[in-house]
Amino acid sequence: MTLDQLKPDLTATVTHLTTTGANRRRLMDLGLLPGTRVEVEMISPLGDPVAYRVRGAVIALRRKQAREIEIAVAQEEKTHAD
Amino acid sequence: MLTDACQTCPIYNESALKKLGVNTENFDFVVALAGNPNTGKSTVFNALTGLRQHTGNWPGKTVARAEGGFEYNDHNFKVVDLPGTYSLLSTSTDEEIARDFILFGQPDVTIVVVDATRLERNLNLALQILEITDRVVVALNLIDEAARHGIKVDERHLARELGVPVVPMVARRMVGVPQLLQAVEEVILGTYPTRPHRIKQQDTRLEQVIGQLVNAIETQFPSLPNARWVALRLLDGDASIEEAVRNHTLGDLARSNVIAPVGDVIPLQAVAS
Amino acid sequence: MTTDLLQTANQLRAGMGEDYHDKLMEAIYTDASQIADRSVAREEGKVRWTFDRTLDRALTHPVWGFTVMGLMFFGVFWITITGANIPSQMLADFLLGSVYNALHSVAAALSAPAWLSGLLIDGIYLATAWVISVMLPPMAIFFPLFTLLEDLGYLPRVVFNLDRLFAKAGAHGKQSLSMMMGFGCNAAGVVATRIIDSPRERLIAIITNNFSICNGRWPTLILMGTIFVATLVPPALASFVAALSVVTVAAMGIVVTLLVSAFLSKTWLKGETSVYSLELPPYRPPQIWRTIYTSMIDRTMIVLWRAVVMAAPAGAVIWLTSNIFIGDMSIAGHMVNLLNPFGLLLGLNGIILVAYIVAIPANEIIIPTILMLTLTLGSNIAGAQSGVMLELGDQQVYQVLTQVGGWTMLTAINLMLFSLLHNPCSTTIMTIYKETKNLKWTVVATLLPLALAFLVTFSTASIARLLGWA
Repeated sequence: MTLDQLKPDLTATVTHLTTTGANRRRLMDLGLLPGTRVEVEMISPLGDPVAYRVRGAVIALRRKQAREIEIAVAQEEKTHAD
Repeated sequence: MLTDACQTCPIYNESALKKLGVNTENFDFVVALAGNPNTGKSTVFNALTGLRQHTGNWPGKTVARAEGGFEYNDHNFKVVDLPGTYSLLSTSTDEEIARDFILFGQPDVTIVVVDATRLERNLNLALQILEITDRVVVALNLIDEAARHGIKVDERHLARELGVPVVPMVARRMVGVPQLLQAVEEVILGTYPTRPHRIKQQDTRLEQVIGQLVNAIETQFPSLPNARWVALRLLDGDASIEEAVRNHTLGDLARSNVIAPVGDVIPLQAVAS
Repeated sequence: MTTDLLQTANQLRAGMGEDYHDKLMEAIYTDASQIADRSVAREEGKVRWTFDRTLDRALTHPVWGFTVMGLMFFGVFWITITGANIPSQMLADFLLGSVYNALHSVAAALSAPAWLSGLLIDGIYLATAWVISVMLPPMAIFFPLFTLLEDLGYLPRVVFNLDRLFAKAGAHGKQSLSMMMGFGCNAAGVVATRIIDSPRERLIAIITNNFSICNGRWPTLILMGTIFVATLVPPALASFVAALSVVTVAAMGIVVTLLVSAFLSKTWLKGETSVYSLELPPYRPPQIWRTIYTSMIDRTMIVLWRAVVMAAPAGAVIWLTSNIFIGDMSIAGHMVNLLNPFGLLLGLNGIILVAYIVAIPANEIIIPTILMLTLTLGSNIAGAQSGVMLELGDQQVYQVLTQVGGWTMLTAINLMLFSLLHNPCSTTIMTIYKETKNLKWTVVATLLPLALAFLVTFSTASIARLLGWA
């Protein structure tokens, strides 16, 4: 499953980045790397981009980028911890 | 206007800090100011220099370097405000400006402004800077906002972990400025011996490789301040560092001690012509 | 020898596999998260970020998000326009009235030659004073308001709301902000594109910033809307229709921005969307006085200074071209005659084109120049002097333009379209060069809009003639 499919109210963990080059580096700079917990913070009124809570910060990614991030959804309910 | 909140603090010694604004002639020490965007880096810059630099909430707003000065305990300091970046390992213009200045400009101290409310993410940049230089002071800004959100950072513990002074601050209310100045002075004078945190590479083979490369670099560029960082960059295939090696400017940069101010030029070669 | 070093590095890198960078980043973040965990104590029970979350939900809500955004920007422009009215009038009375007359008295007392006082006072001084009184009050209100929204943390939410529109045009959502800044001043808008960190998207934003109608062009549109377009409807609706026509032109500017952005990203600036990222920082109370102070210094004064530097020579040119005669006609007269056929082809006229050319340094002075030229080259029913720009009441302007200048509804509408589209002012062109350090892109940013302006006005003029409207 990729990040763009993550439903609000669920927490997921990044498992793999399928992008390369500058895009991959930027995602990592923003703290998105395997093992990082992410959750949907809000969705743009036009449907794209989506903002995620990552390591305490709120980062907006376009869906095209989010598709390049593979995730595993945690089973528990969202805890609101950041 | 800037001093009203502080004249009442006991530590604040008005004669000790003299803001020099843009007057940066005849400085004794150079202080670089680094940090993520949105950490109040410019507020710290303004607090130190008395200038009113406005940069706004954006990465890359400080595209050109801003400079200012202050006098503290009879020493003149030049402050160089570097662009706010998340990292020094990617390839944006901002990051190159910040990285080159810290590496080759050899500031006497680099103040890393970190946001207490999102410490983990801010430490990414702080740790990268600690890889380059051991003369670092961490300004732990926005502790008031953190407290409001129920976040308390143990600055003593953080200082032990990072091996450099950590000063809790509320820069917009001048809280922590005297302590920051003191820490800067202590690091410069060596009265605070820093033991910077270095990133543990799990891979022992990698450490070997880095060691090999460091030797090769040190033979060729003996004046280089931090061969280990250059080695890491070369292993990462950093084009601009490779270029500096190829045309020998790597050594020049280190010797000249000054980097020409970088203007706000778009790297157009990156764009289709 | 140095190549040896690079070879060594390359060999070592090859031996390590591709994921060196990932390993490095992972090592850094592992340490960062461990250190953070050990240093941070979280007070449980305290609800965190509720305020930010609630505000974000509202400000990015499909309905409320756009409502608030619309109100916010309507508010900014309304405060700017109404707030600037009185100080602008006071400045004009003072600079164009008292000071102007005083300067002439001084010149007369010194018995300065007419050409000298004409050039210095009627040319250089008048143009500069004109630009200051039109430009300073709105800029002194607009920039601090914009900066306050910025410091509050609201603007990144605007980018978040609008990004998709710009993404479709191959551009960056942050372009929405440089675009809005352009509604104040295009030079400031071009500088504001610095927040866009990818070069391709930034160039698109720079080239299209011109289509945000700047402070110097609003007066032209408002005048045309008021004295021409509003006459199409009964008086009760006049002011509403006038405002609507101006808003329509501004909205067309946004559409053109998106279309030209899409065109650029499919042609000369083709390429994958560069690395995108947008952080939504927490809301923070702005430091109001500091913000007002810094935005006045950083933005308003710099923009004003640049405009003054440009307006002064423009004033000299206006005066000289109107007062130097070749044969029995002034240079301006010859230029008007030369450009008139082309102007008519575009549904404009020679005077408009000459005024446009001399007002490239400062768009603010295009209307006063048009009035001066119309009167001094035609039947001078309002007593204008050669080379001395003038201001008239709306009714009188209408009379002068229609009766002496021969303007029609087509002329007015095409002037609105032309001023929306034509090339940026010289301050902006210089700023574009400073920001790009590239002659080619500066030329594109200058000539592409102009070509578009010619194309559009020519089309509307042709259609109007074909349908027998003009």
